[in-house]
Amino acid sequence: MYAYDELDRTIINERVTEFRDQVKRRLSGELTEDEFKMLRLQNGVYLQLHAYMFRVAIPYGTLSTKQLRALAHVARRYDRGYGHFTTRQNIQFNWIKLAELPDALADLAEVGIHAMQTSGNNTRNVTSDQWAGVAPGEVEDPRIWSELLRQYTTLHPEFSFLPRKFKFAITASDHDRAAIKVHDIGLRLYKNAEGETGFEVLVGGGLGRTPFIGKTIKPFVHGHDLLSYVEAILRVYNQYGRRDNIYKARIKILVHELGIDKFAQEVEEEWLQMRDSALAIDDAVIEDIRSRFSYPTYEKLPHMPDELKKAAHDPHFEAWRKNSVFPHKVPGYAIVTLSLKPVGGPPGDATADQMDAIADLAEKYSFGEIRVGHEQNLALPHVARRDLPVLWKALDKIGVATPNVNLVSDIIACPGLDYCSLANARSIPIAQELTRRFANHETANMIGRLHVNISGCINACGHHHVGHIGILGVEKNGEEFYQITIGGRADEKAEVGTLIGPAVPYGEVADVVEDIVEAYLALRERPDELFIDAVKRLGVEPFRERVYATR
Amino acid sequence: MTSPLEQKKIRITGPSVVTANRTWDGIVIYRTARQGWSAELSDAAIVRTSDEARALLTESVADDVGAIGAYIAPVEVKDSGAIKPGNLREHIRLQGVTIDLPVPA
Repeated sequence: MYAYDELDRTIINERVTEFRDQVKRRLSGELTEDEFKMLRLQNGVYLQLHAYMFRVAIPYGTLSTKQLRALAHVARRYDRGYGHFTTRQNIQFNWIKLAELPDALADLAEVGIHAMQTSGNNTRNVTSDQWAGVAPGEVEDPRIWSELLRQYTTLHPEFSFLPRKFKFAITASDHDRAAIKVHDIGLRLYKNAEGETGFEVLVGGGLGRTPFIGKTIKPFVHGHDLLSYVEAILRVYNQYGRRDNIYKARIKILVHELGIDKFAQEVEEEWLQMRDSALAIDDAVIEDIRSRFSYPTYEKLPHMPDELKKAAHDPHFEAWRKNSVFPHKVPGYAIVTLSLKPVGGPPGDATADQMDAIADLAEKYSFGEIRVGHEQNLALPHVARRDLPVLWKALDKIGVATPNVNLVSDIIACPGLDYCSLANARSIPIAQELTRRFANHETANMIGRLHVNISGCINACGHHHVGHIGILGVEKNGEEFYQITIGGRADEKAEVGTLIGPAVPYGEVADVVEDIVEAYLALRERPDELFIDAVKRLGVEPFRERVYATR
Repeated sequence: MTSPLEQKKIRITGPSVVTANRTWDGIVIYRTARQGWSAELSDAAIVRTSDEARALLTESVADDVGAIGAYIAPVEVKDSGAIKPGNLREHIRLQGVTIDLPVPA
């Protein structure tokens, strides 16, 4: 966990006071909606179909038990008893009242949580690997650098009114769990051939209306140059990014139109002017941030304790362990993913009661720490393997132990037309139907790793472009239709999926997905050839044929 | 459903209402013929021409304190006089989400 200092607490508290005054003036009519809109957006407040939606930042997806309980409290006291974890490691509340928002923010501020820059044309919540700091083989904890960027970008005056929103993601592992290639700036922390630690910097990735995979703009940037280099990118974007057309305003369009070489040259020229400025980071600054992250005092524990050997006789436990328990950098410990994708449930939702219970379990079994992943699941990052059987029982009791992590029913979905004012079609009922179709764990396991991502509109909050199977809701003559893509992925081999054919109506989407899966099972070379690899080998044609032969 | 946020020109082809969200709590409301707002669609003022729609929207937008995001939405007027939402989006706004909420209301 990172411990905020007095400055952080002051900023957050002052922001609550400021927003309380802004809300008061809005409700009295002193501020018009036109004047207020930007202010509320900068505090994470959107207007959706039924009510205001309140998006709360969870920097790099790390939560303490106190913070999770505070989120549960907000869900219970100010909303309808649940929250929705998002693909940017945030949480959203769907039914918040504007008049009560300052109180909700004040309650969150008590535990160091805020909603700053969870919306608006500024630098958004810095996201990272949900296994940061505990993943085996990681170069170092990427949250140290995420936190540096959080501090640098929070309320940065030059970057508070960018042409469009701007998102950072950081990973320090070979396997990218942070989807860095589909972010405006993606950072991969690694050791170069000389053994020095630094960043590969990618730029111009993004989904939405015009998806692009990020391009490497600089293969290696030393940590002490990170802020100056990132600032150079932001300055070039701020100067040349289009403000005349919202659909062409993201940095990905600028990079595409200029070309990566020209864009890199502009950035380089800008960077050379400021490289040795105050933005050059002193080691002491990094050490200070590093020192504010506390890590558990791990015990020396066996890899295969008696408790685990005994529990291995229970097939339900074993199914969960094999699916949801992952290796930890410390022997005797494990990372446990909590599936927020129960059969028939809305992906990413957690009730206040579940949040409280998870906080209790994190306190007891995970050194008081919880993580949020961009796949809309939670994780307990420091679980002693001896505790796995008892933890499983407790997680199962509250409905977050469905053994479907990374399987076909572990679906990423945006709120869609059930909640969102931008959506063209519903996402959640499609996801729910798919989880019912693939509820059989043995079948899902036999299919293997398969990511289904669903968005209710082209803005792509459900990351449909990078789903192994992507589903995009569109409107045709007032009816909900869905375009299906296959072959997308968001990891280190990120690719945008390929459309397989004409959109299909709402009632046929689950059938189409079943057809695609059946085609895969018939066509794969061997049981361990993953869906995504089979699509790469075969192309989309065999799947297209299967889906449209009878339609 | 095409988002009404993309509504550029006011041209209606059938009975319509003006809808918005109430400023202080965000709930869905409809403009009434008495220059007020109601949470009941049955209270909504029905307009049938583009000029009427424009006038009702102009009047609605002028109430910046009471309502936010006013726009014109299609409705169906049944033979009985009952008013029904004209598309799925408006149906969801009126009736609520089409799924079971994680915590029953």
